[in-house]
Amino acid sequence: MRKQKLVMVGNGMAGVRTLEELRKIAPDMYDITVFGAEPHPNYNRILLSPVLAGEMTIQDIILNDLQWYADNDITLHLGARVTEIDRRNRSIVATGKDGQPITVDYDRLLLATGSTPFMPPIPGKDLPGVISYRDIKDTDEMIDAAAKYQHAVVVGAGLLGLEAANGLALRGMDVTVVHLSDWIMERQLDRTAGKMLQAALEAKGMKFKLNAQTAELVQGESGRVCAIKFKDGSSLPADLVCIAAGIRPNVELAEKAGIHCNRGIVVNDTLQTYDPRIYAVGECANHRGTAYGLVAPLFEQAKVAANHLAMYGIGRYQGSVTSTKLKVTGIDVFSAGDFSGAEGTEDIVLHDPGMGIYKRLVLKDDKLVGAVLYGDTKDGAWYFQLLKDEQDIHDIRDNLVFGNSHLGDVGHKGNSLAASMPDTAEVCGCNGVCKGTIVKAIKEQGLFTLEDVRKHTKASSSCGSCTGLVEQILASTIGGAYQPADSNNKAVCGCTDHSHGEVRKAIRDNKLLSVADTQKFLAWKTPNGCATCRPALNYYCLSTWPHEAIDDPQSRFINERAHANIQKDGTYSVVPRMWGGLTTPDELRAIADAAEKYKVPTVKVTGGQRIDLLGVKKEDLPAMWEDFAKAGMCSGHAYGKSLRTVKTCVGAEHCRFGTQRSMDLGVKLEKMLFGMWSPHKVKLAVSGCPRNCAESGIKDVGVIGVDSGYELYIGGNGGIKTEVAQFFCKVKDDAEVMEYGGAFIQLYREEGFYLERTCHYLERVGMEHIKKRVLEDEANRKALYEKLLFALQNYKDPWAEIFEDKSGGIHRRQFEIIKV
Amino acid sequence: MSEWKRICAISDVPVLGSRVVHSEDEGRIALFRNSADQVFAVRDRCPHKGGPLSQGLVHGTTVTCPLHSWKIQLDDGQVVPPDVGCVKPFPVKVENGEVFLSL
Ligand code: SRM
Ligand SMILES: Cc1cc2nc3c(=O)[nH]c(=O)nc-3n(C[C@H](O)[C@H](O)[C@H](O)COP(=O)(O)OP(=O)(O)OC[C@H]3O[C@@H](n4cnc5c(N)ncnc54)[C@H](O)[C@@H]3O)c2cc1C
Ligand code: SF4
Ligand code: FES
Repeated sequence: MRKQKLVMVGNGMAGVRTLEELRKIAPDMYDITVFGAEPHPNYNRILLSPVLAGEMTIQDIILNDLQWYADNDITLHLGARVTEIDRRNRSIVATGKDGQPITVDYDRLLLATGSTPFMPPIPGKDLPGVISYRDIKDTDEMIDAAAKYQHAVVVGAGLLGLEAANGLALRGMDVTVVHLSDWIMERQLDRTAGKMLQAALEAKGMKFKLNAQTAELVQGESGRVCAIKFKDGSSLPADLVCIAAGIRPNVELAEKAGIHCNRGIVVNDTLQTYDPRIYAVGECANHRGTAYGLVAPLFEQAKVAANHLAMYGIGRYQGSVTSTKLKVTGIDVFSAGDFSGAEGTEDIVLHDPGMGIYKRLVLKDDKLVGAVLYGDTKDGAWYFQLLKDEQDIHDIRDNLVFGNSHLGDVGHKGNSLAASMPDTAEVCGCNGVCKGTIVKAIKEQGLFTLEDVRKHTKASSSCGSCTGLVEQILASTIGGAYQPADSNNKAVCGCTDHSHGEVRKAIRDNKLLSVADTQKFLAWKTPNGCATCRPALNYYCLSTWPHEAIDDPQSRFINERAHANIQKDGTYSVVPRMWGGLTTPDELRAIADAAEKYKVPTVKVTGGQRIDLLGVKKEDLPAMWEDFAKAGMCSGHAYGKSLRTVKTCVGAEHCRFGTQRSMDLGVKLEKMLFGMWSPHKVKLAVSGCPRNCAESGIKDVGVIGVDSGYELYIGGNGGIKTEVAQFFCKVKDDAEVMEYGGAFIQLYREEGFYLERTCHYLERVGMEHIKKRVLEDEANRKALYEKLLFALQNYKDPWAEIFEDKSGGIHRRQFEIIKV
Repeated sequence: MSEWKRICAISDVPVLGSRVVHSEDEGRIALFRNSADQVFAVRDRCPHKGGPLSQGLVHGTTVTCPLHSWKIQLDDGQVVPPDVGCVKPFPVKVENGEVFLSL
């Protein structure tokens, strides 16, 4: 088949990102030709501000050098402007660098023409010395002027204007910013924050003239601009005038070709224009009434457009919520969402002029809808996440304004740390990555997402406890370009664009019964997935279709295949189950015998009320298990994403304070849940009275006996970030604990994302949701409980299954070494 | 001089799985089979901290080490960036359903 021809107009950030995505998923599908009016390969336009400020050079901000285009087999015409689209014959005409016309045919056309700066119709706007701030040429001109002249005036105090003014001031110019409104950045900041920002910038030597209407730009003797005159009759000297009065989607070319435009080239959710062969992405596109002016949404568009061009046809772009950050060193401003204070909203305001801190949170129906932060922006990313996820903040409302670090006692998310950390500080304890390494990678490799940083530096790719910190570093390094993925829609991994939720739904709706079927159905991009997605898919199939799905041992982490925990030296540790932490002399004897027989170097009491034999050779495992089985013992699943332990205290059986028989109930619960696979490990505890000796307060399901029955707590975690379990309900007896606790666990099994502990699941879906499904809806609770019991029916101890497998099957074979 | 040694039948190695081969001279060698029925052999020691690669997850022509998730290219033993390093690959061939290793 003839290769299809894809032509792209506009060689900027959104367009090239689309090509990168496309080459990743469909490397050979298109012959690609690119036209760029600028003479440069794709560069990071955002970083023009640090270039102007003298913090970076043009070389630093190139994103794709010429070699990249060559390596990807892309024909590139630089300095070539496309002037015409002939839709009938499917071709375009451009004027090449040398002034000669170039005609190219297309099967698909991608418009990524960006924006043009808006030039208000002021007399004198075309004089030498009057410029806008958009590209490398403008930046060079400003750097040039700063070396020769003294007076600069910036028209417009938005993000762009202030960054321009800051850069010019740093280059030694005397800068005045003139602005139409009452306060600066009025589109992003409320009045109070705007005034605080102005004061801070004034302290840096910048001057402001507000409520100023420009009348004319005056020509000097040299022919260059020399002054700016206002309608009130006043004037200011100006050797350089930078107009930053907004941008307009660049639709000229599309409009001329008869493509429907309305404040941008109108596109649908797959980024196609009115002519379906023609796509538009980036600032030039108008999606559902919005043309975006920040890169994060443009990158999302790029991904969807690439997906559609590759004929995957599954992704849809549904619009973005954006946040703003000003990139002026030493001043922290953040805003997101809607803070106009419309009807039905409430404000939480914290204002400390002495400390230079202002925070305004706008709430509507217990959700955060807008945020303005000045001076202390470390919680910006967190607020933004709450806003995007539309999370119910009712329960955390009283402390919300103080930020994330005030919520938990052990706050490892570390939001407050990033900015003040020295470069040498270790960020990722698992992989030994320090802040400097991360910042360097972000800058040099042009990284924009958490995934990118993980891939290039490994930071936060293991236990994940430093994820928040890494996101903070990203946000502070690339400013507004950082867009935290909203947690519901994050792709599972690099092998697919689908989120966990979408994958779960597809498995349920289409009755997918195996990892391979799911990958095929959802058009996985890699042949067998990877170590991240395969275990997740395997779990989703098994939990959705119990007794029907086909378990794939090769998609399980080694611990779940070997039914023991791998150690740093490649040996394994073995933890037999001790129901509810109870044991007998016979069991202890069997453990002692096994320890001697297999020369176990370390025997240890675990934190989970049982005994661990550490340092067992893999070849010895089946024989050891057989010995245990003879003593009536089975696997403790200390290795699995499964039920781990049910910790108990002595309870009413022995304790003078005990109100309920906690050991009894613990054993019953553990037997009920034996062999249960779950999104992550699950731990329970039962205490006999509120003294809570079994530590029920930090368990996935914690049970506390009281005189009249039991209190149930859910979503506790004692691990990476300590999370206190939340009160769920009160029940009257053992049977109810099993039903209510079981129903909650089943809900988590059905809705949890892989590697999401109950506390994270709870945070994501909210307590209300769980109460509705389990407490308020009796029929649903009973159904959930039934489904749990059904899934666990006939579960066989995996140890027994392996040593009984004398046929030399796969189970057994994996333990035997071939000697040659 | 190296020679081809018969190791096992290809059906003795699980698809997307591995077997451990022990040789007097070379120690532990990990033998892998992927979903395209290609067979690879590398020393069973991760260049990071010595993890047993045979216990990792196989995908494409790569294995992910079970200890800290380094990815190792099975055909040439090279570590996938950003990590760096390599592990010794051994020549393997499959003939009439039998796997041979060159040691
Ligand atoms: C053996 C034990 C330590 C001990 O000697 O006491 C242990 C050992 C390991 N823990 Fe643990 N944890 C042990 C109790 C705990 C506890 C305490 C408890 O259960 O009461 C916790 C905190 C409570 C909790 O989970 O909420 C705990 C929180 C973790 C975490 C963090 C989990 C989190 O969600 O934050 C991990 C990492 C993970 O699972 O991803 C972890 C992971 C591990 C692993 C499996 C690491 C691994 O993936 O290889 C360790 C295996 C070591 C080895 O070489 O065999 N271990 N671990 C304990 C086994 C208990 C048991 O009988 O099954
Ligand atoms: C100084 C500055 C600072 C910024 N800071 C931030 C920030 O902190 N955070 C943030 O998110 N965003 C920031 N932005 C905005 C961000 O840079 C833009 O949103 C983004 O670059 C838009 O990408 P695009 O591909 O749509 O357009 P562009 O990057 O503008 O690319 C369009 C390209 O198409 C070319 N072109 C147009 N018409 C034709 C034609 N007919 N033929 C051939 N070529 C054509 C243009 O020359 C241009 O090179 C900043 C912008 C500037 C100027
Ligand atoms: S046993 Fe747990 S706390 Fe101890 S080193 Fe291993 S994972 Fe860390
Ligand atoms: S030993 Fe293999 S990744 Fe660490």
